[in-house]
Amino acid sequence: MTLLDLQNLSLTLGNTAVLDDINMHVAKGEFVSILGPSGAGKSSIFRLLTGALPLQRGSITCAGEPLAAHKNGFAFMPQRDALMPWRRIIDNLTLGLEVQGIARQDARAQVMPLVADFGLEGFTNHYPAQLSGGMRQRTALLRTIVQGRAVQLLDEPFGALDALTRTQMQSWFEARWQTARWTTFLVTHDVREAVALSDRIYVLSRRPARVISEITVSIPRPRLGRPPCAQAHAIEAQLLETLLNQTGE
Amino acid sequence: MQYLVPRRPGRGLARGIPAVLSVVSAFLIWEIYVRVSGISPLMLPAPSRVLDQIVQNRALLWDNTVPTLKATFAGFALSLTVAFGLSVVLDFMPRVRRALFPIFVVSQTLPLVAIAPLVVLWFGFDLTPKVLIVALVTFFPMLVALVDGYESTDPEIEDLIQSMGASRVQVFRAARFPSAMPYFFAGLRISITYAVVAAIFAEYVGARAGLGIVILNAKNSFRPDLVLAAVVISSLLTLVLFAATALLQRFVLRWRDVEGHR
Repeated sequence: MTLLDLQNLSLTLGNTAVLDDINMHVAKGEFVSILGPSGAGKSSIFRLLTGALPLQRGSITCAGEPLAAHKNGFAFMPQRDALMPWRRIIDNLTLGLEVQGIARQDARAQVMPLVADFGLEGFTNHYPAQLSGGMRQRTALLRTIVQGRAVQLLDEPFGALDALTRTQMQSWFEARWQTARWTTFLVTHDVREAVALSDRIYVLSRRPARVISEITVSIPRPRLGRPPCAQAHAIEAQLLETLLNQTGE
Repeated sequence: MQYLVPRRPGRGLARGIPAVLSVVSAFLIWEIYVRVSGISPLMLPAPSRVLDQIVQNRALLWDNTVPTLKATFAGFALSLTVAFGLSVVLDFMPRVRRALFPIFVVSQTLPLVAIAPLVVLWFGFDLTPKVLIVALVTFFPMLVALVDGYESTDPEIEDLIQSMGASRVQVFRAARFPSAMPYFFAGLRISITYAVVAAIFAEYVGARAGLGIVILNAKNSFRPDLVLAAVVISSLLTLVLFAATALLQRFVLRWRDVEGHR
């Protein structure tokens, strides 16, 4: 069942055409990635979804309703963790719930049972600056998840991490996702990450972005923490070629 | 993994040693110079004589410190309230900010020497003119600090909280206001050092009592030792207020200490 449906999205910022007739959909419990060259307008799609940019042309429906009626269908995780340095970890985690008007005590009670699963036990009273990059990213992810929204929008969530931490976080995330099955919309420019985590991948062209390819990844999970199979290699090679043909001058 | 390194209280004291040494040696040189040169105490009294004057005139000094402190606190409270209130209005109404900001800048270009007598002329010899002058002098650094501080909010944090469906008021309370706190304390520390001096200047221009009056009378009766005694008291007041803001800052911005000790 389609939960999120983007139809004929076009976007022009100033004199620059950013998006050109984008069509995408995400089913409930599905993991869908948007893969594209840097600066292609991947993040602009998320900005349309969160309302940071006004919808110019096309339509967005969530659970069959237009975006305006469903403005809070999404939980957004930015590339940098955007943790508030003056708030302790627990207070960063409850931020979304506080904004929804839930009392601090209730919000904490809601978050605390999840803290151990995200490897943050014993760190809830720390400030973000006291945590490693991986822990900060897990904090940002949990802050996204606890909002209880229909779709999780992850904008290059592991992009700012060093290579080793990124690999660890991807494996950890895959395990978490397999048990929870959050409906997830991921923006990335990392081909391997897209293949490892996604059910489906949309490939965007250079600006103005169009969907130039849609690939279903049916490799059984877990895919990380073991040598990549031939099928994964084949998809990665195919994606890389599509992307390189785009960026090659 | 980084852990919090607890602050050792001894380190703060050790860091203060060079400052204490330089101040003490400055006074020592002054004292030695006065004794060796045999300069008249009517020209330049030695630190020991100033100290002696403080002890001898402690009742007079205390009686005149109280009104100065009152004016300082009342003026500062007024300026803090106005600066904060205005900063919120300006943050929510950028158009008003563009319209009003030049007026605030102009208020800072007025020479105090000319304005203070006028304020006394308009409001009399009581507390009011002193409160107004202290407020006039101290409010601008705090207002600018707050307005700039709100603007310094990390756009990613603002985007994030907006994506959560936050209202403008929620964005202000949860993101913009806390972001401004480091800036605010920078402004507060500048303001607080002006506050006592502004109060004394206002008294100097016209008042019934206060450290400014002590200084005025001592000057008129050729008593530089008593002038300096009052100056020492006023410096001490400023230092105490400065230390109090530093302590408050340490408490409010404790998350930054943590960061600094990574």
